[in-house]
Amino acid sequence: MSKNVLTIRNLSVNYQTDQGTLQAMRNVNIDVPKGSIVGVVGESGCGKSTLISTIIRLLATNADIPNGEVDFEGRDILTLSEDEMRKLRGDRLSIVFQDPMSSLNPVLTIGKQMTDIQYRDKKTMAQKRQRSINMLESVGIPDPASRLNQYPHEFSGGMRQRIAIAMALQAEPSLLIADEPTTALDATLEVQIIHLLKQLQSTIGCSVLFISHHLGVIAELCDYVVVIYAGEVVEEGTVSDVFKRPQHPYTEKLLECDPANIAQKTRELPTIPGNVPDLVSLPSGCIFKDRCHTKIDRCDNERPQRIDAADKHYVSCHLRSPQ
Amino acid sequence: MSVLEVNDLRVRFRVQSPLQALVRGNADPFIDAVRQVSFSIEEGKTFTLVGESGSGKSTLALAVARLLPSAEGSIKFNGSEVTSMSDSELMDYRKQISMMWQNPVGSLSPRMKVGSLITEPYKIHGLNDRDRKAEGRRLLEMVGLPAHFSQRYPHQLSGGQARRVGVARALALSPKLIIADEPTAGLDVSVQGEILNLLNKVQDDLGVSMFVITHNLNVVRHISDHTAIMYLGRFLEIGPTDTLFAEPKHPYTSALLAANPEPDPDALREQLELKGEVPSLLNRPSGCEFHTRCPFVQSQCKDALPELAGEESHHYRCYFPIAE
Ligand SMILES: Nc1ncnc2c1ncn2[C@@H]1O[C@H](COP(=O)(O)OP(=O)(O)OP(=O)(O)O)[C@@H](O)[C@H]1O
Ligand SMILES: Nc1ncnc2c1ncn2[C@@H]1O[C@H](COP(=O)(O)OP(=O)(O)OP(=O)(O)O)[C@@H](O)[C@H]1O
Ligand code: SF4
Ligand SMILES: [Mg+2]
Ligand SMILES: [Mg+2]
Repeated sequence: MSKNVLTIRNLSVNYQTDQGTLQAMRNVNIDVPKGSIVGVVGESGCGKSTLISTIIRLLATNADIPNGEVDFEGRDILTLSEDEMRKLRGDRLSIVFQDPMSSLNPVLTIGKQMTDIQYRDKKTMAQKRQRSINMLESVGIPDPASRLNQYPHEFSGGMRQRIAIAMALQAEPSLLIADEPTTALDATLEVQIIHLLKQLQSTIGCSVLFISHHLGVIAELCDYVVVIYAGEVVEEGTVSDVFKRPQHPYTEKLLECDPANIAQKTRELPTIPGNVPDLVSLPSGCIFKDRCHTKIDRCDNERPQRIDAADKHYVSCHLRSPQ
Repeated sequence: MSVLEVNDLRVRFRVQSPLQALVRGNADPFIDAVRQVSFSIEEGKTFTLVGESGSGKSTLALAVARLLPSAEGSIKFNGSEVTSMSDSELMDYRKQISMMWQNPVGSLSPRMKVGSLITEPYKIHGLNDRDRKAEGRRLLEMVGLPAHFSQRYPHQLSGGQARRVGVARALALSPKLIIADEPTAGLDVSVQGEILNLLNKVQDDLGVSMFVITHNLNVVRHISDHTAIMYLGRFLEIGPTDTLFAEPKHPYTSALLAANPEPDPDALREQLELKGEVPSLLNRPSGCEFHTRCPFVQSQCKDALPELAGEESHHYRCYFPIAE
């Protein structure tokens, strides 16, 4: 048995558009080791949602997957039937979205929704209800029994996100995918949710794939981090390796740009000059070359390979590769 | 001089129809989304409003722009009372303030090209004498976009570019005040920096005042002169940004600052972690409305709402403010 819950190999995803084929993800590799929390960071449009949609097999209709494998617990997700996939989702594999309302039904009570999703279990109604109460309790909803009769809009944003987490974890999945679950919350609730996720993850023993563009949250929560730029993984490794010794110029710049890292008050924040390349007509060479401050000749024409810069710390950059 | 002066503002939403309220015997079928809010914005300065989702930030902004009616209180713009303006006076008022909406792509009409979008305010306000093509080029240049972007549609823009278009549109009528609702939400840090630098530059060049809404404290420190912290529609603390960061008085402000996760895996944060849930507006706690989550709560806090305390421009509502 592999020690990964999820192993993504050489995955590419295209969208057909009026302008031509948009290569949203190219040759992506990601490992999610059992019991670990893996963060994915990258700027808007780099392909984070595309990645999630591929894993849960809910890609837009104009998308296709020219190559790659998504191995989940020993099976290639990309070759499963719709039926097999439906069985996986919400059971072995669950997801929490940025907006909790998108996973809650506004016209049903929380209790109804929480017992409905246990339709697979051969338990009595009372047992299912009790299980829902326990789950709400474990995510810190006070007085859970009476709150089962309430509707989503009667809860605050932070509570709704916790309920969404409770529902996602109810089936004790082996992988939880979280798509920016804390962006709408203030810092005090963000920290609460992060600690809750961490604690539940260790009791249930599941793995988490956590998407965010908040570097601070990733540093706080995750064991590993994957940095994506314009549809390619440019760096991955343990959080402490990547944050303390970034190997890719993009990661380095990203860390420098985080206003939280800038102690001195300034009217001129650092940025990464330039634009993301057009994914319909990709440039040759390194995908970051137009914005790179350490570019060398080789970067113009040759695409850098993924290399192991230090123990399990991978980077795709010519500066790090042996000649 | 103050460009905007808001005093004791209250904004209410009806949550039950008159009939429902009658049937259920509810004498007050409203929620107060904004309550007892006072602040002012000086010329050429930036005021930021911080608060969690649902605390009433957008509602306050909409009320200031007079896109929502207020129930009580006054809003003065350059000395004139906004709440009693006639329609034609309001039209004139809205030429002098512009809004950047929370969801930039969603708020840009998908069928219009960028060039028409950014000059649409001229059309709305009947300013037909302007050369809209030339104005479009001028505005794009101001926000650092190449002129050929005027031919693009909103869906052909990246997140950062869409915000720039939003800024360009907001600048069209040379406003005195720009209200920006979450101008950097959803942007990664480098693009966020670009937009904040752009706002700072616009302010330095044109001397406009800004009212910026955000829940990202890291943003606040670098752009703002004054900050207010909102909770359940009320300001819990307000003051000069530097003072608020250096010496927060209210426990909530202090918890927000302590909770702000840092991009350092070894960071040991000063823990002032809050327990409990944000109460519902339908069910405001008694006394100090923060008492259900406050680590320093005493019985006194549950009885009566603390008055605004403090001196000069730094005010807070708390019986037991944090000592220096
Ligand atoms: N259905 C689609 N058709 C065409 N292009 C698409 C489609 N969905 C996404 N794209 C493009 O694919 C790229 C990746 O988009 P994706 O939504 O995965 O990015 P993201 O990292 O989730 O961005 P954000 O942080 O803004 O949510 C972008 O260039 C986007 O414009
Ligand atoms: N039209 C409306 N009718 C009834 N209630 C409303 C209406 N608009 C807003 N509210 C309520 O008023 C409160 C404040 O909402 P508002 O949108 O101002 O919050 P916000 O601070 O901008 O939140 P966010 O950070 O999520 O944008 C919320 O409880 C919301 O549910
Ligand atoms: S008044 Fe009391 S409950 Fe409210 S913030 Fe101060 S100490 Fe806490
Ligand atoms: Mg996305
Ligand atoms: Mg809002």
